[in-house]
Amino acid sequence: MFGNTTLTQFIFGRLTLESFPYHEPIVVVTFIAVALGGLAVLALITKYKLWGYLWHEWFTSVDHKKIGIMYVILALIMLMRGFADAIMMRLQQAIAFGGNEGYLNPHHYDQIFTAHGVIMIFFMAMPFVTGLMNYVVPLQIGARDVSFPFLNNFSFWMTTAGAVIIMISLFVGEFARTGWLAYPPLSGADYSPGVGVDYYIWGLQVAGVGTTLSGINLIATIVKMRAPGMSFMKMPIFTWTSLCTNILIVATFPILTATLALLSLDRYAGTNFFTNDLGGNPMMYVNLIWIWGHPEVYILILPAFGIFSEVVATFCGKRLFGYASMVYATCVIMILSYLVWLHHFFTMGSGASVNAFFGITTMIISIPTGAKMFNWLFTMYRGRIRYEVPMYWTVGFMFTFVIGGMTGVLLAVPPADFVLHNSLFLIAHFHNVIIGGVVFGLMAGVVYWWPKAFGYKLDPFWGKMSFWFWQIGFFFAFMPLYVLGLMGVTRRVSQFEDPSLQIWFIIAAFGAFLIALGIASFVIQLVVSYLRRDQLRDFTGDPWNGRTLEWSTSSPPPDYNFAFTPVVHDHDSWYDMKNRGYERPLGGFKPIHMPKNTGTGVILAGLSVALAFALIWYIWWLVVVSFIAIIAVSIGHTFNYNRDFYIPAETVTATEDARSELLAERT
Amino acid sequence: MSNQIKFVGRLFVLPLLLALSGCNMVVMSPSGDIAMQQRDLIVVSTVLMLLIIVPVVCLTFFFAWRYRNSNANAKYDPEWHHSTGLEVVIWSAPLAIIIALGAITWISTHKLDPYRPLDRIDAERAIPPETKPLVVEVVALDWKWLFFYPEYGIATVNEMAAPVDVPIEFKITASSVMNSFYVPALAGMIYAMPGMQTKLHAVINKEGNFEGLSANYSGDGFSHMRFRFHGLQQGGFDEWVARVKQNGTALNRDAYLKLEKPSIKEPVRYFATVEDGLFNAILNMCVHPGQMCMNEMMHIDMMGGGGVESHENRQKLEYDNRHADEEAPGATHPATGNPPRSEEPAEGVDEGGSSMNGMNHDAHQGHAMPEGSQGGPAPAQLNTNESTQP
Repeated sequence: MFGNTTLTQFIFGRLTLESFPYHEPIVVVTFIAVALGGLAVLALITKYKLWGYLWHEWFTSVDHKKIGIMYVILALIMLMRGFADAIMMRLQQAIAFGGNEGYLNPHHYDQIFTAHGVIMIFFMAMPFVTGLMNYVVPLQIGARDVSFPFLNNFSFWMTTAGAVIIMISLFVGEFARTGWLAYPPLSGADYSPGVGVDYYIWGLQVAGVGTTLSGINLIATIVKMRAPGMSFMKMPIFTWTSLCTNILIVATFPILTATLALLSLDRYAGTNFFTNDLGGNPMMYVNLIWIWGHPEVYILILPAFGIFSEVVATFCGKRLFGYASMVYATCVIMILSYLVWLHHFFTMGSGASVNAFFGITTMIISIPTGAKMFNWLFTMYRGRIRYEVPMYWTVGFMFTFVIGGMTGVLLAVPPADFVLHNSLFLIAHFHNVIIGGVVFGLMAGVVYWWPKAFGYKLDPFWGKMSFWFWQIGFFFAFMPLYVLGLMGVTRRVSQFEDPSLQIWFIIAAFGAFLIALGIASFVIQLVVSYLRRDQLRDFTGDPWNGRTLEWSTSSPPPDYNFAFTPVVHDHDSWYDMKNRGYERPLGGFKPIHMPKNTGTGVILAGLSVALAFALIWYIWWLVVVSFIAIIAVSIGHTFNYNRDFYIPAETVTATEDARSELLAERT
Repeated sequence: MSNQIKFVGRLFVLPLLLALSGCNMVVMSPSGDIAMQQRDLIVVSTVLMLLIIVPVVCLTFFFAWRYRNSNANAKYDPEWHHSTGLEVVIWSAPLAIIIALGAITWISTHKLDPYRPLDRIDAERAIPPETKPLVVEVVALDWKWLFFYPEYGIATVNEMAAPVDVPIEFKITASSVMNSFYVPALAGMIYAMPGMQTKLHAVINKEGNFEGLSANYSGDGFSHMRFRFHGLQQGGFDEWVARVKQNGTALNRDAYLKLEKPSIKEPVRYFATVEDGLFNAILNMCVHPGQMCMNEMMHIDMMGGGGVESHENRQKLEYDNRHADEEAPGATHPATGNPPRSEEPAEGVDEGGSSMNGMNHDAHQGHAMPEGSQGGPAPAQLNTNESTQP
């Protein structure tokens, strides 16, 4: 391989000047905007001398709360990128009619829909979910941190490294043009010889390390670190759904990793796992990727279900109806999610019995899901519903999600799927459940837990604006796609011939514009709330009259979360404690054992980006160097014995006394 | 699916259909019996699910309004959180719907299995006993469709026709990547995959000019990978066949290899004659002279394999890299540096190796290499067949 390469090729691999897409004006303008924005941010950080603060307080932090917040920030940044892709697709499809080729050539358009899917699932929804779980779960179970605090920091940075690799592809080289699951043989070396699929593979592999490790971490945390008295059947429902989600993550992400590893062997080493020739079998890839891919859907939706359960109980001022059946429903969904993957490719021709089996298992999932829906419904029954913003999202979800559920069951009927598969009906369906379920849930979660994380509530007016724009925008954007699907229009098409379709695409583009306003309202909400934070301040730590343990501590919680580990007697522990006349402990504090910050996670993730970049561009010397460096740093970290410290009792006393004074002032 | 259910279903969906009558919903008003049954299934399933969805949505809004904070009249019971009776209902009501839907699914999936030969022409007519189905062999190429009519010895590109009320048996494959063969007015889709054959049985019941397309993304030219499907009366179909024969050229292996190269917006083409066994060679990825057919290799494997010598067949079985020495269409930066796997030294080809002759079942030894094919699309490293050997 090094035989007759020149020095430049040795240094830069296949990276040449031609690799930079300077001939694509859209990309150039984006690059200039991103570069200027990035430079401005860097300049501001330097001007206000924030580097040290960021490094010591955030980047190297092993505090689950800070890591959770960083995950959500990552998710919101990637939401902007993924949504920009969505808007570009909607515009292209709205104008590319009757010989008009639109403003995106297929080469660019195909990258955009691939990037949209990859980013929204792996780098928006996944970090968002992980971030909320990271923040909330330890607080809900009365723990001071997760089981493996360093691992948590490392997981976050690996996820971020994956996102960075995907973002680099925008400006250096190209991204995959294969669709978000990169089916071979199209994604194989012979049909996609460029760097796009390699960016895809290494971006997901690096992020996958983070996701898997964070799954292990949270399982260990939930199983081993619950407060005394909190048996499994007294756990808050969000913790339950988090447990199931992380079990799914740990059980399925290795499949994704293995599948992508096989694909990269095909691309790099000339093996024949998924090629057409020499005994390869692309159908195996499709099966494997969906054995990961379908549980992934539930990885995203289960925590959202958990959030809705917490929100509905809190704002109805009522214990969740059917807690036990909610738990069983979650577990049943977790198990069944492994038995349905084939419904993503009924049209591969597996035969009637196989198709019917997977169709029926898919339908069976709707039973526990339906039970959950009824549980929320009967929690509202005889409740006293306070319409705060999280409750808006919840009612919006209940209405929107059942429509998506219905079209989902319809798609599970194989003969119906034969005419609807890969159509815009399918696109409408999964956006219906992912936006109406996952995104609405995450938005509800952010508004619900924001006061806990930052000590002030979010401005309700802009929150409601955001909700209504999202809700109405969703219907404008995706109901036309249901219609188009029934008109026989399929996905991933960049140019159309039939002019009668255009009106529907224009309506859909209008819907996407409304959603853009929804996102803008959310950003405005954050800014306005920050400016009005003194009026919106929450001094009690329990602004919503909450029911679970996270509301028993201050907002934001101290580093150690709880001065004394709470003792649990019932579920809805905080509600129970309040009813029993709970008194905050005011003295007798002891030193608290805490983990110490470390920069190893950032360094390892940075080296992983270098390794991935080198692998993508065939820069073999850098592959060797960065790989050795990763091993060396990992081994070096094991010799770091300076990992923990004690928060002195005086500091704890001072913190708790300050809070006592604050509470006394307010009452 | 009794007729009553269908009737009720149609009644229910009628207003919806009327509201959308401005557009041509081909999936909801198809022209082939299979697609028609699939449409009915969509309607029946939707109605069944609405039985539970409508009450849930109504209850959601009713409870959301009734138990609002400002409504002091509504009962407030913060401790009420369990009711065995209600739990039974909320688990069993969806269960009942799913049992019904599951039964429909099991039956209809078997009945509408694309591999199953038809047993009726439409809802009223059975298939006359002497009817022979029309066989059409479909190949998804980059990025156009090739149709063979083996009974007529013709082939077409991006246009096909079929007589109304005659069962059609499609045999579907692809040349390079996965596509999906889909004529919405006729029947549901089925994947077209290289080296594999899928099947579809369908019938068109109305005359007309319908759209067909690839429903699975396959690369740059995917958006234009469309064809016309003509439903014609028997007379019209015969005329169409005659027209193809009159205007068509010959489709031999060489012409196919040229056609197979990636191209976008390919015009309709007719081929009056088709070389014997071409579809089978495409299916087994051995159109190019010197290639070994996959079914032969599978046969060798089935007989216990070729032993250590079988690596010598490796190059004859390589297929995916056949365009490796050409610039990938639409790539921003050509020659991305990815070494084609075929750069491996061709030492597997052992000129003097008498041992391989025993197991070399190359069916194309008899095919003389056509004149001019040296300048054709054949990657140099594949020209290892007899005609180039000393």
